[in-house]
Amino acid sequence: MDSRRSSRAVIDPKVRQVGFFTSAPLPPDRTQSDPPDPIRSPPLADASSPGNSLSPVMIPPPRHPSDSLLRLPHSPSDAFPPPSPTTTTTSLGDFSDDVTAASSPPPAAARVRGRGSSVKQQGAASSFPGGGFEVPPSVKAPSSVPASGLTTVSVVKLPPGISENAGGSVSVEVQSDRALNSKPLKEKTSKAERRAIQEAQRAAKAAAKAEGIKTPAVTALANAKSAKSTKPSPQRNDSAVVVAASEKKGGDRSVEKDRKKDVPHPRMQYDDKSRVQKLKKRSVVKPTEARNRVELFRHLPQYEHGTQLPVLQSKFFQLDTLHPAVYKVGLQYLSGDICGGNARCIAMLQAFQEAIRDYSTPPAKTLSRDLTAKISSYVSFLIDCRPLSVSMGNAIRFLKSQIAKIPISLSESEAKATLHSDIERFINEKIILADRVIVKHAVTKIRDGDVLLTYGSSSAVEMILQHAHELGKQFRVVIVDSRPKHEGKLLLRRLVRKGLSCTYTHINAISYIMHEVTRVFLGASSVLSNGTVYSRVGTACVAMVAYGFHIPVLVCCEAYKFHERVQLDSICSNELGDPDSISKVPGREDINHLDGWDKSENLQLLNLIYDATPSDYVSLIITDYGMIPPTSVPVIVREYGRGQLWIYEECDPLASPGRCSDAVFFVDGLIFYPSQHLVLSFWFPDRPPSGLNNDLLERSDNFVTVAENGNFTNFEL
Amino acid sequence: MVAHGRQCKIEGSQATARQTAELLRSVISQQRVPYTNQAGALIDAVKAVGEQLIAANPVELAVGNIVRRVLHIIREEDLSLTTAAIGELNLSAVSDDENDDDRDGNTTLSAAAVAAAARSTLRPPSLQTLLEDTPVSAAVPQTSSSGAADKSSRSRKLKHDVIEAVNELIQDIVTCHEQIAEQAVEHIHQNEVILTLGSSRTVSEFLFAAKEKKRSFRVFVAEGAPRYQGHLLAKELVARGLQTTLITDSAVFAMISRVNMVIVGAHAVMANGGVIAPVGMNLVALAAQKHAVPFVVLAGSHKLCPLYPHNPEVLLNELRSPSELLDFGEFSDCMDFGSGSGSPLLHVVNPAFDYVPPKLVSLFITDAGGHNPSYMYRLIADYYSADDLVVQRRAIAGN
Repeated sequence: MDSRRSSRAVIDPKVRQVGFFTSAPLPPDRTQSDPPDPIRSPPLADASSPGNSLSPVMIPPPRHPSDSLLRLPHSPSDAFPPPSPTTTTTSLGDFSDDVTAASSPPPAAARVRGRGSSVKQQGAASSFPGGGFEVPPSVKAPSSVPASGLTTVSVVKLPPGISENAGGSVSVEVQSDRALNSKPLKEKTSKAERRAIQEAQRAAKAAAKAEGIKTPAVTALANAKSAKSTKPSPQRNDSAVVVAASEKKGGDRSVEKDRKKDVPHPRMQYDDKSRVQKLKKRSVVKPTEARNRVELFRHLPQYEHGTQLPVLQSKFFQLDTLHPAVYKVGLQYLSGDICGGNARCIAMLQAFQEAIRDYSTPPAKTLSRDLTAKISSYVSFLIDCRPLSVSMGNAIRFLKSQIAKIPISLSESEAKATLHSDIERFINEKIILADRVIVKHAVTKIRDGDVLLTYGSSSAVEMILQHAHELGKQFRVVIVDSRPKHEGKLLLRRLVRKGLSCTYTHINAISYIMHEVTRVFLGASSVLSNGTVYSRVGTACVAMVAYGFHIPVLVCCEAYKFHERVQLDSICSNELGDPDSISKVPGREDINHLDGWDKSENLQLLNLIYDATPSDYVSLIITDYGMIPPTSVPVIVREYGRGQLWIYEECDPLASPGRCSDAVFFVDGLIFYPSQHLVLSFWFPDRPPSGLNNDLLERSDNFVTVAENGNFTNFEL
Repeated sequence: MVAHGRQCKIEGSQATARQTAELLRSVISQQRVPYTNQAGALIDAVKAVGEQLIAANPVELAVGNIVRRVLHIIREEDLSLTTAAIGELNLSAVSDDENDDDRDGNTTLSAAAVAAAARSTLRPPSLQTLLEDTPVSAAVPQTSSSGAADKSSRSRKLKHDVIEAVNELIQDIVTCHEQIAEQAVEHIHQNEVILTLGSSRTVSEFLFAAKEKKRSFRVFVAEGAPRYQGHLLAKELVARGLQTTLITDSAVFAMISRVNMVIVGAHAVMANGGVIAPVGMNLVALAAQKHAVPFVVLAGSHKLCPLYPHNPEVLLNELRSPSELLDFGEFSDCMDFGSGSGSPLLHVVNPAFDYVPPKLVSLFITDAGGHNPSYMYRLIADYYSADDLVVQRRAIAGN
């Protein structure tokens, strides 16, 4: 039962957001029949205060005249005016007396257990808004009358919860009695009480609104009602229990919060009209919605292409809120001058670096808060220009956490210098060095005589190919390209310049060309926690065909692009490009069937930017942490989050050599921590850390050998 | 000959098939038939022309198909005439005198030959027929020589019948779209989401027919690089009031999870149920299989090819000009021709066709109804006689 209760408390955070129960702190001498909270279970001093037949939830305990014990302060969020005390008490008293009379004599033990059950029911009623309609007619608000059928059903429903604990025969009686009692009680509700209820509902609405929580007023109402509904339950002394229960929920909250932090925020859904409106008010760019949108992709933003750029350019000197560097980067995103996950991320971080350099904290503000807000405004501007990539999102998260970590004691210039170096280090370690490590790993997978296929243009893959070529490996490259961006052409040009032998084809011919291919190297925009590779649209096609031909697919992706989000298809989250680029085929003037396509409302052009490759198709993911199967991605994601902290804060061997005595340094730049069983960071081979306790060791692909006190231990990677 | 010139000009296997049939019809009508073995003479004439036609464009399988169909028609007509003649003979024999040994022996002999011929032409190419195989060409002249009286009328009749049958064939080819489209409502339900690649007249007619029957459905059209016929199809569909979404070929995998059915046209259907289709089709078929989306191929009967493919991706393919992918001279600046180290660094591959293996095809819809890929060999056996498969082989050897 305990677990059930706590799970319920976790399920719905709305209970506490409405703010009905949490306000009252637990008086130390209150009862708790079924101690749910091991931490704060008070002594059972007042195990059965039989006079306390007050509503546990809705009526704040101190207002009850008969309750002398409960003199609790009201929190401001408890904007719930109490119903007129006299009437409530009378009606309640009547009712509970009736019930006790009818269900007499329940054994004491059963009663105690019954109290426990009432807690559970209240929990249920309050946490599920739907449960709020378990209102006996007696206390139903006259303004909002639920369907009578519903009520009766719920009345019948309620007792079984009791019968579980208190015994079947009794509960049946309770049930029938209640049904009988409900009618006369209805007449008894006085005008004053009804008004009170109405007021309560109004107040609840106001409170819900004021808190800015998206809880619909209905929930508040339902909660109010559920509170009422539990009032006539046969148990006494509920208030204390409920207070305890709510307290317990409060206790759970921190745990829950921690868990919640791990879950990524839901993305902005652009089919949510109100939120889009809100967003528009804030945004600098005022894009015009594209016409002829594809129905399936209403939830993604799509704007007329080319309308923003001139507007933004003209605004360049008027926008003082934005730093010019950020502005420039935004324009470059918009025009497509900078594309590719790494390039975009580096450009953004460097712009932020400049912005931080020129930043000065306004008076009466703290740096960490104001700068975070500043960065947030920059980010929302960049989102307006082009939706963020996962890599950028991760980088922003990193930057914000670094800002938050700056101690207040640090002077502004010091803080700025710290941030500057943090960003610098992120770019160096997470992107540039990571790419170098990936290249080192991947080159081992290229043999002489290989035919390597790549799709689109990935910076990591390009580096791999060039490095392998520099190493003198004899191989051929097949570059598969697709419309409308033809990024492969750029890659082809660069590779041919370097003297690599290339074959160029388009994505439809993939089945034709796949016969001669021995390896497929793909880049990725992001690798998601379920192993899905989120990448340029068409990557999934290439991986699928390669899988069909039993050719290994190697995905090269830096670990900072990993994300804990999961995705199954390419539709729920994606980016839409400019549809006009589909209707025209550059260099083929004969294909002009779709000129003026936007005039016809039956025709939509869909220009997807990304797709999701299922992990089945991926043989290997090459990251800076080594070569891993797609099933290991969540491990990296987890350890990455931890490792980041660790590396930067406590145990960065480069910053503080000697502090991590168990680190093992490898000649290829990896640092292995045997205690963590994980390769966590890298050192620059050209800048070796001093004060090493361990030798620099060689390692193989699958395991490392660590020398400790003359003993050699193998660790699997 | 006329054929060589026109091969390059005609686009689409339906037009090719029709023109081939018309050409063969004129060949047959101009051919002088000898008194004996008219069928053989006709077959030889058609084969001679057919060889040249096939050699002109070995990838256009429709030509070979039509040549074989015409040959099959000649054989069938000849056989039916023979059967009729023998029937008459038999009839007269029965009416004359049943006990006449001499004549009786003669007729039974020819009847046996006819039966054998009938078996070999009309029955499927089973092991039994192969074992019992009697040379038809030997049997047929025998019977025709036996009935010498009505030679001239029969020769004229044979030619006439063959031309009639070829006319029917042409008619079939012309109307195959309508016949396939008639089945559209049986396969497309309300609110269906259909994906197709490139453009095929069969597919567009199919979709129009369903639309005319008041079905409302959406169509995703993959544009079908490098020919971008999908643009044309999208335009046509929109003109008919269908909800159409044009996607890039690379987005096929992303979108196919929201598609109920893939309907595509074919270039040719092989005897094993494999499909030679415009490039990119294998991609679509694989994606459809991954998401368990039915992959339906529409093909007129002139596209059914009696051959079994071997390495079709290469042998039955055609490499088109690289200029469709890269502009000429676009990369001239980064290619060092001066060094002359032998093979150039840059290759561009632009195939025209894809081979879709039969296991990826859910259904074939031909003008004779819907069929499983595993049934195609049998359907094909109805249209062709086993003797004519050689045409292609000889043509390739001569090529």
